[in-house]
Amino acid sequence: MKRKTKFDIWSIVGLLILALYGLFLIFPMGNLLKQAVIDKDTGAFTLSYFVRFFSKPYYFNTLVNSFKVTTAVTILTLIVGTPLAYIFARYEIKGKGLLRILIILSSMSAPFVGAYSWILLLGRNGVITNMFKNTLGIVLPDIYGFSGILIVLTLQLYPLIFLYVSGALKNVDNSLLEASENLGTAGIKRFFKVLIPIIAPTLFAGSLLVFMRALADFGTPMLIGEGYRTFPVTIFNEFISEMGGDDGFAAAISVIAILITTIIFLAQQYISNRKTFSMNAMNRIYPKKAEGLKNILIHVFSYLLIGFSILPQVYVSYTSFKNVEGLTFAPGYSLNNYVTAFTKVGSAIQNTIIIPAISLVIVVFLSVLLAYISVRRSGVVAKILDTVSMIPYIIPGSVIGITLLIAFNKPPLILSGTLAIMVIGLVIRRMPYTIRSTAAILQQIPMSIEEAALSLGSSKAKAFYKVTMPMMAPGIISGAILSWITMISELSTAILLYTARTRTLTVEIYTQIIRGNYGVAAALATILTVLTTISLLIFNHFSKDQDISM
Amino acid sequence: MSVNITIEDAVKRFGDTTVISNLSLKIHDKELFTLLGPSGCGKTTLLRMIAGFNSIEGGDFYFNDKRINDIDVSVRNIGMVFQNYAIFPHLTVRQNVEFGLRNRKYANEEITREADKFLKLMQIYEFRDRKPEQLSGGQQQRVALARALVIKPDVLLMDEPLSNLDAKLRLEMRQVIREIQREVGITTVYVTHDQEEAMAISDRIAVMNGGVIQQVGEPKQIYHRPKNEFVATFIGRTNFLPARYKHAEKMLYLGDYQIPANNLILEEDADVILSIRPENLYHSIQETNLKGILRDSYFLGLNSHQIIELKHNQQTVEIIHESSLDESLPLGKEVSLTVNYAKVNVFSEDGGQNLIKEGVES
Repeated sequence: MKRKTKFDIWSIVGLLILALYGLFLIFPMGNLLKQAVIDKDTGAFTLSYFVRFFSKPYYFNTLVNSFKVTTAVTILTLIVGTPLAYIFARYEIKGKGLLRILIILSSMSAPFVGAYSWILLLGRNGVITNMFKNTLGIVLPDIYGFSGILIVLTLQLYPLIFLYVSGALKNVDNSLLEASENLGTAGIKRFFKVLIPIIAPTLFAGSLLVFMRALADFGTPMLIGEGYRTFPVTIFNEFISEMGGDDGFAAAISVIAILITTIIFLAQQYISNRKTFSMNAMNRIYPKKAEGLKNILIHVFSYLLIGFSILPQVYVSYTSFKNVEGLTFAPGYSLNNYVTAFTKVGSAIQNTIIIPAISLVIVVFLSVLLAYISVRRSGVVAKILDTVSMIPYIIPGSVIGITLLIAFNKPPLILSGTLAIMVIGLVIRRMPYTIRSTAAILQQIPMSIEEAALSLGSSKAKAFYKVTMPMMAPGIISGAILSWITMISELSTAILLYTARTRTLTVEIYTQIIRGNYGVAAALATILTVLTTISLLIFNHFSKDQDISM
Repeated sequence: MSVNITIEDAVKRFGDTTVISNLSLKIHDKELFTLLGPSGCGKTTLLRMIAGFNSIEGGDFYFNDKRINDIDVSVRNIGMVFQNYAIFPHLTVRQNVEFGLRNRKYANEEITREADKFLKLMQIYEFRDRKPEQLSGGQQQRVALARALVIKPDVLLMDEPLSNLDAKLRLEMRQVIREIQREVGITTVYVTHDQEEAMAISDRIAVMNGGVIQQVGEPKQIYHRPKNEFVATFIGRTNFLPARYKHAEKMLYLGDYQIPANNLILEEDADVILSIRPENLYHSIQETNLKGILRDSYFLGLNSHQIIELKHNQQTVEIIHESSLDESLPLGKEVSLTVNYAKVNVFSEDGGQNLIKEGVES
């Protein structure tokens, strides 16, 4: 229950956080918009950057490309993710626990590592490609471009749909399925006529997330896209371009990107608001053993899909132990790559721990406060914070990087090149997710618990940290571990903000791949995978029955 | 500590809707005072205004002579028991009970001593080191009560504390609350929608509807002399029968049936509404002018209920009498009824006013 808001400690907290958002989000975005419409030389208002973008097919096509591949990825993730979740909920699958971890693990790695690995496997000189060519004389289709991006991102992102749908199926009452069978709708028909409509809101929400991630992904198209240029790649190139990159133009493209994602976000909200209903299952759907052919088919489907999605990481880990000569793999195995990795990369590993760790503390701290304000308070500040804190949800990571760079590379506040700007970037990007999951936890805690503390003589601040916080703690911890995992594998913001002192593992892996140091890249990628796996196991330990929320 | 509560012209608004307007009430020292009414009548809202969880849009609230409107919840010194108990799940039973004492910066040994005292009083001492999730609903309720009382509050506020318990436990806890309240001697405001619970537990009751207090009184006053039709229906069951008052004869006419009425405030003939509770309508062995046909009957163990269609106006009434093994009145049978005159209430035609002179027994 929201209470009438008086000016108190929470009002001050709200205003302080709002000020932070003003400085690190609103101000940089305003700046970006200014850059996009002001001519750098004359200082006059101009739309020439936008005109340039839309008039030249070279640029405009990147937009079309991005849309094509993103839409295809979204549809494909739905097609594979939904049945997998359904199979996992309805049937007994051997090794389900392990498979579930593998699914999550494959989604948690940096997408470009997947892209790189698929190049090693199916690229022009890939192992599988060569095997087919040499032994069977079959030339496999080209993996570069559209199809490569599609494969990599689908295998990377279908776990999101899987997790969303699994969560939704937990709330579907088994008697709904029994009722429909009783009324004569069973099997495949029931799946489409009953189940899909019931979980439609979840499918919409999941698709949006997949769409946003796929649209904003930078590493994958950069590595495997080749001639197939997408939006984030163009933004990056225009901005970083050595020949005195054009900030104004990059800003204009960023503005276009934001407009597009905003429209998609609003459309999704509009549709799903009209379709929501809440459910609570009294008898959950419980898994049964499937019979005969069906049993074989669902096992084959599950194992193949999950096998394919985990394959890149397994293969990268495998190559990390191979000997390297110059820029190519050589016969024999050793730990040389790891030795080189540890001696060469300097502080990348430390940075990968330190930067996300600092960010995590800030994210958890702020999002707990923000979630509290959003759930328990009404009033103008709370409403503004609600909206503002969600803005980064729809802004591609590279755009956030650009806004921060443009805003803070000149006085009065110079942050470019510092560790602080990396932290700020991570914090802003991760906040919307953590606020949402924290707010969900808070909604489970009845207001009366806090009122009890107040009536027993606690101040508002004390009631919060003595009672509300400890009750939220388990949920916050598991949410924090998830944030941690996403942060250590983040690339698209870091790639814009890093300097020699603040390069992270993902940046380093990316750089090594580009330079052709495949051995070192593989070793580093393996280290990242190990970090992720350990974090994930810790998460499993803490969360027990909890859902993973992205 | 002896505290009475005075509320003068209280106003509560949520946005543009006024939920309570100009409500005044006096709650005496050490009494168990119940706010009773249907859901949405404003009883919980009023309780939360006393507690300080709801803002007060108008009027004054006093504990004795101290105006509490602007005193913060945490220093208002109230004990509150919530509908869902609001036990802190991350603390043990003892830590829950000690929570308020620690906020008040008591010395450690005093905290232990006081907590022990109330843990024992509420008979939960043996569970003191358990987490709340290991307790039954009734035990949690006891923790909530101990936690609220241990801080020696000026007033104890209880918001539907029994509604989450099963029927049997509810009766038991009702007794516990009553006994503890007497023993501690604390002014208590109790909110419930259960009229039976209210009557069993309260010294006085305020019946509320639509944000307005309909009647304040002892349980038996409210039951036997409801001030208006709403109170008569909300408390217990009753039959409303239109009747005619003839002032010259000081007589009420139900059709041809006569009920003497020399204690009404009326000075002329009038149409009125009689409220006759089912237990005050009897079968008569002799024939009377109040005849009806038995339409239905059901057996509820202690009592039997019968639905009878009155002959003079085809209205159905309910009567209750003690059941017996050999009762066997066939449906459709014509019966004669009599009324227990003394227990009849007479309302104005609009139901808004009880027309019986106060303090005069018929």
